Amino acid sequence: MTVAKEYMEYPMRRYGMDHDIYEWSLLVNRKKVVWPNAARVALWITTDLEFFALDQPAKPFKAPGGMVTAYPDLRHFTTRDYGNRVGIQRIWRVLDQYRMKSSVAMNSKVAERYPYLVKKINERGDEIIAMGVDQGKLHYGGMDDATEVAQVNESVTTLRKLSGQAVKGWLSPAKSESWNTLKHVKNAGIDYVCDWVADDMPFELTAPDGAGKLWAMPHSSEISDRKIIIDNKHNEDEFVEQIQDQFTGLYKESEKYGGRIMSISLTPYIMGLHYRVKYLDKALKWLSQQKGVWVANGTEILEAFKKQ
Amino acid sequence: MESALKPDLELYDYWPYENRPKITWPGGARVAFWVAPNIEFYELNPPINPKRTPWPRPHPDVNLYSNRDYGNRVGHWRMMEVMDKYGVRGSISLSVALLDHHPEIIKECVDRKWEFFSHGIYNTRYSYDMDEAQERAIMEDSIESVMKATGQRISGWLAPALTHTERTMDLLAEYNFLYTCDLFQDDQPQPVKVKKGRLISMPYSLEINDIIVYNSYLATPRRYGQMIKDQFDQLYEEGKESGTVMCIPLHAYAVGHPHRMAAFEEALDYITTKPGVWVTTAREIAEYYNKHYYDTCAADIAARKGGGA
Repeated sequence: MTVAKEYMEYPMRRYGMDHDIYEWSLLVNRKKVVWPNAARVALWITTDLEFFALDQPAKPFKAPGGMVTAYPDLRHFTTRDYGNRVGIQRIWRVLDQYRMKSSVAMNSKVAERYPYLVKKINERGDEIIAMGVDQGKLHYGGMDDATEVAQVNESVTTLRKLSGQAVKGWLSPAKSESWNTLKHVKNAGIDYVCDWVADDMPFELTAPDGAGKLWAMPHSSEISDRKIIIDNKHNEDEFVEQIQDQFTGLYKESEKYGGRIMSISLTPYIMGLHYRVKYLDKALKWLSQQKGVWVANGTEILEAFKKQ
Repeated sequence: MESALKPDLELYDYWPYENRPKITWPGGARVAFWVAPNIEFYELNPPINPKRTPWPRPHPDVNLYSNRDYGNRVGHWRMMEVMDKYGVRGSISLSVALLDHHPEIIKECVDRKWEFFSHGIYNTRYSYDMDEAQERAIMEDSIESVMKATGQRISGWLAPALTHTERTMDLLAEYNFLYTCDLFQDDQPQPVKVKKGRLISMPYSLEINDIIVYNSYLATPRRYGQMIKDQFDQLYEEGKESGTVMCIPLHAYAVGHPHRMAAFEEALDYITTKPGVWVTTAREIAEYYNKHYYDTCAADIAARKGGGA
């Protein structure tokens, strides 16, 4: 076995990034951000409402939470669906208790299957973020371009039609994109995407083929129930502790470097369980008692950021 | 033709961890303590190596790519500020291409008199199956590029993504590297058997390495802090017999998240405020060891070869 000559060549070895999607920029060198009411931390809570189909294609990989056993995997199908029926109500009750608004990242299939949830989200005044069609319909490098355009349009059009909301945010199922996802979502009128976890603050993205600019919002893959409780297998007290430590860290550095965003990403079938939801209550109660917190949805945070 | 695989590259001799010549670090210290921030660049669309896929998902793996980039954009600064607070100079395991991509980070490290060593050109280029000229090329590139950008002649090596060939250690010695971080057989430096010249293995860590702790052991930040302190306590105790080396390898994309900084800071505070700890860099450890202990240790290893006491 030999190593090809091209393997020793570095065509993108240059100043800045090795692509043209976003510019290199050190967070500490940026202008200080001031949030409304001089808040130090903008708290952005997002909840995922997902549909995992029994006949998921599982191509080119399975989204986290996807079906596990041979067809029909009723055990995982219903476990996930529990979140859309029971879990989300528990999470909303906790949010209501502390009068916290949120963003809801939603597969368009969920809106079609459960119109009740869309109605309820609108009553709560929460923002809907388009999260593709369902958790089996991924966006990925090498996928057929027409298929991707159809998936983006189905998701965005359906959610706009059923909710009446403008739907300006996008979160790709499994945070997976193709080389063209940014172009297609930009063409569909999306302002910000949640897939790029390179920063604690928004940064500008350039969609390919001159489609224009959009924003990456710092939707956390770390401060998330899936990461902490499912992937890392930490217990509920440790989930609360990491939320507190995250806030304390961001709050402290905001004094020197300006306003920060704290994102908490929730999954109803994970955090909305009977034995778990009280720890969400504990965490949000603690956050509600901190000074300098501005609870807002993704669009509000981005608009405030853009005015700086 | 591909040569047959070997059961052991015979890079060092067996050397029992007792009755070794006593090492005393400068100032009578029992533990030589160093911190190794890996400042890495992972490419969005690297060429594919037949032996290892750079990203788990089809390119572009925006999820993991941006997770790595977080370290450079955001996490590095947090890590550096905490190290400043406790007077710890980093010994940087550098993806050499980062000199080109992010010179602002390099400048901050140079200003702080941190040490640089090579971790390959990119952490998405693997050394497996490179021919000799190719492996020489990444070493020469590393030496020349770091020299040009920082004025430092690099002394150490941690193979890119820990990928090696059978000849890696011989080449390192030939290019006058002092130490390799690629071998994990011991908590003290020791000679590496190379064809020509001299090379030592420098204790690095795949145990209290933040990536292993967070991504393999799935530890909480506070448990990581406790693991660091527990390891230190053990090496501090054993260091009374003969000086030990403790390294904390870091990656700003892991340790540099807000919820992880407090536990790390507490651990740094614990170690750097103890008497008898030499807070230093890998090159300084290697130079001191070579000057004072290499020959004694090499002689002891030779004398005890084959199970002698």
